[in-house]
Amino acid sequence: MRVIDAAKVTEAVRALAIEKAYKLSGDVLRAFDEAEKREKSETGKEILRQIKKNAGIAAQGEVPYCQDTGMAVIFAEIGRDLRIEGNLEEAIQEGVRRGYVEGYLRKSVLGDPLRRKNTGDNTPAIIHYSVADGDKLKLVFGAKGGGSENMSRLAMLKPSDGEEGVKNFVVDVVSQGGANACPPLVLGVGIGGNFEKVAQLAKKAALRSPEKRNADPYYAAMEEELKERCNKLGIGPMGLGGLVTVLAVNIEVFPCHLVALPVAVNVNCHADRHGEVIL
Amino acid sequence: MAEYKLQAPLTAEVAKKLKIGDKVLLSGVIYGARDAAHKRMVEAVAEGEKLPFDAEGSVIYYVGPSPARPGKVIGAAGPTTAYRMDAYAPKMMELGMRGMIAKGKRNDAVKDAMKKHGVVYFGATGGAGALINRSIKKAEVIAYDDLGPEALRRMEVENFPLVVVGDSSGGDLYAEGRKQWEGKA
Repeated sequence: MRVIDAAKVTEAVRALAIEKAYKLSGDVLRAFDEAEKREKSETGKEILRQIKKNAGIAAQGEVPYCQDTGMAVIFAEIGRDLRIEGNLEEAIQEGVRRGYVEGYLRKSVLGDPLRRKNTGDNTPAIIHYSVADGDKLKLVFGAKGGGSENMSRLAMLKPSDGEEGVKNFVVDVVSQGGANACPPLVLGVGIGGNFEKVAQLAKKAALRSPEKRNADPYYAAMEEELKERCNKLGIGPMGLGGLVTVLAVNIEVFPCHLVALPVAVNVNCHADRHGEVIL
Repeated sequence: MAEYKLQAPLTAEVAKKLKIGDKVLLSGVIYGARDAAHKRMVEAVAEGEKLPFDAEGSVIYYVGPSPARPGKVIGAAGPTTAYRMDAYAPKMMELGMRGMIAKGKRNDAVKDAMKKHGVVYFGATGGAGALINRSIKKAEVIAYDDLGPEALRRMEVENFPLVVVGDSSGGDLYAEGRKQWEGKA
C-alpha cells in the first residue's frame, strides 16, 4: 500500500487553480488558431484576435484570463492501493482556498443559494470521488465559469426520441443560450445514466480536452456532426454572427434504464480551463 | 458600420447616432455595477434616496473584476452576461443612464426602453478580462464595498474596444448577425 501525505494534494490543487486561471492549455490555444482560420465574419475574426491577445496577456501571470475565475470542480480518482495520510476532502478544499486567495482570483462562491453571502475564499469546491485500480491519485481540475454554466440544460427524453432527439436537444441548447455563454464554446454532453449521473457525465465531458474524441467511433462521429450543426446556427464568436460557434463537442455516455434517455449539456465558454495531475 | 472614438459620459446626440455593428473605442468615466449593486441602486431610488453617482449620460459597465494585485489598478475585468440586469436596466435609463457595456441578448422591455430614452448597448468581448484590464486606468469603489467583486465602482478608461450590439432604433446585432451567417458554416 502506497502512502502519500494530504499536504501534497493541497499543494497540487493550489498550483492547478492558479495555473489554469492564467494559462490556457495548448489544446485550447490550437482550437483558437483553427477557429480564426475558419471564421469569415469580420467582427468574428476581430473577437477571435482579441481572445488570442487576451490569452497572451494572461499567460504573463499578472491578470487572469477572465475575471470569472470560476467555481472549482474536481474529479478525484483514488487508486485502491493508495492510502492518503490525512483528510483528503479538507486537503482539496484547502488547495482551492489557497489558490484563489494567493493567486488573486475572484471569490465567486456564496455560502447559501438564497441568502447569498460570499464565503470569501471560493470554497467549497465541488468534488466527485471515484475509486480506480492502482496506487495513484488522479485529480482532474476545472475552473467553471458561471455565465456558461447558466446556459446548461438537462432533459429526460423518451427512448422513442432516439439519436435524433438527443442531437436536436444539444443543438437547441446552443441555439437558445449559446450567444450568452461566451462563444466559441466547448460543449460537454452526457447521454445515459440517470438524472444525477447524466449531469456528472456532461461535466466530465466539458473538462475533457477539445482535441480528444470519444473512443467509440459511433459517438466520435456524433461529436463531429453536432459541431457542424451547431456552427451552422450562425451565432458566431460572442454571438455577433459568424461561422465558429463551438470549438468542440465532447460526449460521455453511461448505461441507462430501459424507460430512459437522459441527456445533459454542460456549456463551457472559450475560457476552457481544464487540467489534471497524477500523484 | 462606422468607427468612433467616444468620450463617456455620452451626450444624447452621440448615443442616438450609433448603429449596430459600429466599432467604438471608449474613453472617460464609466461605472461598474452588476447584479447585487443594481438591486441596491434600484431599491434605494424606490425609497427616495439618490444614486451614489450622477446618472445623466452615464455609461454602466456590467462587471465584477478579480482582485487587483498590490499596486495595480484592477484585476481581470471583462463583461458579465446582461440579461440578469434586464430587470433593472429600464429604471436606470429613466434615471439618465445612456449606455450599457456587457455581453449577451436583452429582453423586449430593455429594447423598448432603449428606444424611448435613446440608449445604446455596447458589447465587450466576454472572457477577455486581461485584455480589457489594459484599458482601465483608474478604478475605485464608490459604494457597497461589502459586496466585494459586486461593489459599485467608478472607472476611468482609455480606448476600451467595443461593438455597438443594440441601438436606440431597436437594432439588435445578436439577431442580425446570426441571420446573416445562419447556414453558412
